[in-house]
Amino acid sequence: MKKLIASFMLLAMLCGLSAPAFAEEAVAITEAVSAVADVAAEVAAPAEAVVEAVAPVPNKGDTTWMLLSTLLVILMIVPGLSLFYGGLVRAKNMLSVLSQVFAIFALISILWVIYGYTLAFGDGGGFNWMIGDLSKLFLAGVTPDSTAATFTDGVVIPELSFVAFQLTFAAITTALIIGGFAERIKFSALLVFSALWFTLSYLPIAHMVWATGGYLFEMGALDFAGGTVVHINAGIAALVGAIVIGKRIGYGKEPMAPHNLPMTMIGASLLWVGWFGFNAGSNLEATGGAALALLNTIVATGAAALSWMFAEWMLRGKPSMLGIASGAIAGLVVVTPAAGLVGPMGAIMLGLIVGPICLWAVSGLKRSLGYDDSLDVFGIHAVGGIIGAIGTGIFVSPALGGVGVADYTMMGQVMTQATGVLITVVWSGVVAYVCFKLVDLTIGLRVSEEAEREGLDTSTHGERAYNM
Amino acid sequence: MKMVTAIIKPFKLDEVREALSAIGVQGITVTEVKGFGRQKGHTELYRGAEYVVDFLPKIKLEAAIQADQLERVLEVIEKAAQTGKIGDGKIFVQSLEQVVRIRTGEVGPEAL
Repeated sequence: MKKLIASFMLLAMLCGLSAPAFAEEAVAITEAVSAVADVAAEVAAPAEAVVEAVAPVPNKGDTTWMLLSTLLVILMIVPGLSLFYGGLVRAKNMLSVLSQVFAIFALISILWVIYGYTLAFGDGGGFNWMIGDLSKLFLAGVTPDSTAATFTDGVVIPELSFVAFQLTFAAITTALIIGGFAERIKFSALLVFSALWFTLSYLPIAHMVWATGGYLFEMGALDFAGGTVVHINAGIAALVGAIVIGKRIGYGKEPMAPHNLPMTMIGASLLWVGWFGFNAGSNLEATGGAALALLNTIVATGAAALSWMFAEWMLRGKPSMLGIASGAIAGLVVVTPAAGLVGPMGAIMLGLIVGPICLWAVSGLKRSLGYDDSLDVFGIHAVGGIIGAIGTGIFVSPALGGVGVADYTMMGQVMTQATGVLITVVWSGVVAYVCFKLVDLTIGLRVSEEAEREGLDTSTHGERAYNM
Repeated sequence: MKMVTAIIKPFKLDEVREALSAIGVQGITVTEVKGFGRQKGHTELYRGAEYVVDFLPKIKLEAAIQADQLERVLEVIEKAAQTGKIGDGKIFVQSLEQVVRIRTGEVGPEAL
């Protein structure tokens, strides 16, 4: 009971942080009202100006694409990620993983509309390099008529569709982390950690990379669909979690083979399908750019599934289904920052590179460092994400078939990309460490040894996955 | 009466059952088991984690029979379950003291 109260207090503290915002909001609204009055006065004068100043209206095709993409990303999370992860754990922990992903999705979607959206995409004034403001707390002022900008001047989409689309990104990023410490985390601790990490790491990083005025955005760091914001961010948090929480009981001694690889295959497939919404949806418009991102999301994934498979076949003697599926996920991760920026041949190159490197990361690197990242979130998402971030800087080059960016030099762009990676690694690492420690001191991160041996399904959730 | 217990390869079960039925064995009990003998296990590899699987899946088959059936039973099990490769299994024979048919209360050879 004490622990429950402690977790509520932590949540309450989080909400408390947002209290002073109401005052700011009131000021902002007053300013806005006077601004509107000024505009009205100006508009009243020349009649032609009215025609030019008319607000752009969302295109129905773009709107449809954004709504559809949002649904696809939800498909990635529940059920995609749930099943991918679920199949990889032992049967006694199946439901715990499904519950964790499901509950995090539910939790983050609520937090996102309460304060997440405004902090990620608002204008933070003096702190705008790092974080937004609270002007749209509880989605204040966001109506079916309000619009969000796209990458094309004068083309807008309904702001609510942008809010929903970005919600799914925040949710999947937070849910990805659980793979690092699956099979041993305390459920209440996970929920509190998720709320804290989402607030202190996801929101600032998303703002820095994607919002106008954000530090990395202004610096020119390229991250088309979230290689840095989503995958490096989550991968590092998962690694820190795996280390802080410690290894599973019996790790390296008892067999911990996946209990149901067909489910992992189903999950990986749903992730792939959903990823078209994730990557091609990040184009924000239903255009050729979206088509490029979609095609890249097919071929990079195919290339990585093959390169992982062949590497495993050569080095270990057998091409495994889990290897093909893991390679596919690594390919999806690597092409995420690059999706709309590189050409299809560049995407294939990224896929070919990422497979063997991630295979090494989940075997050689993991063994030599000795951490127990249960489902290889670090080895696939952080390592794949870093290769993607750097690779985007290379393959965006028009000489290599990429779409190019203004004032492009390969060295310069790679340095910018590396800066983005570094900031994210340090930021997410430090925030995750502090959040894990905070939760550990208040609630405790880990279930009891007895509960862990029994399995989290019965000990935490009071049910079992398979009654046969 | 004799109790015959045979450990065989799972895919040989149908052949053994047919062969036993053909010589008049009235019933058998089958269990899925795991064990090890001279046949080596195998290695499973999941990403970086390697597991040596020592215990292989086998079928344990039990048949209670008349003592005079024993020779025939051993012969047909051996014939039906044999592949000639290591891991074909073993047959154990024990004396059976008593048998009771629960439905009728019959005891001894009549209950078989």
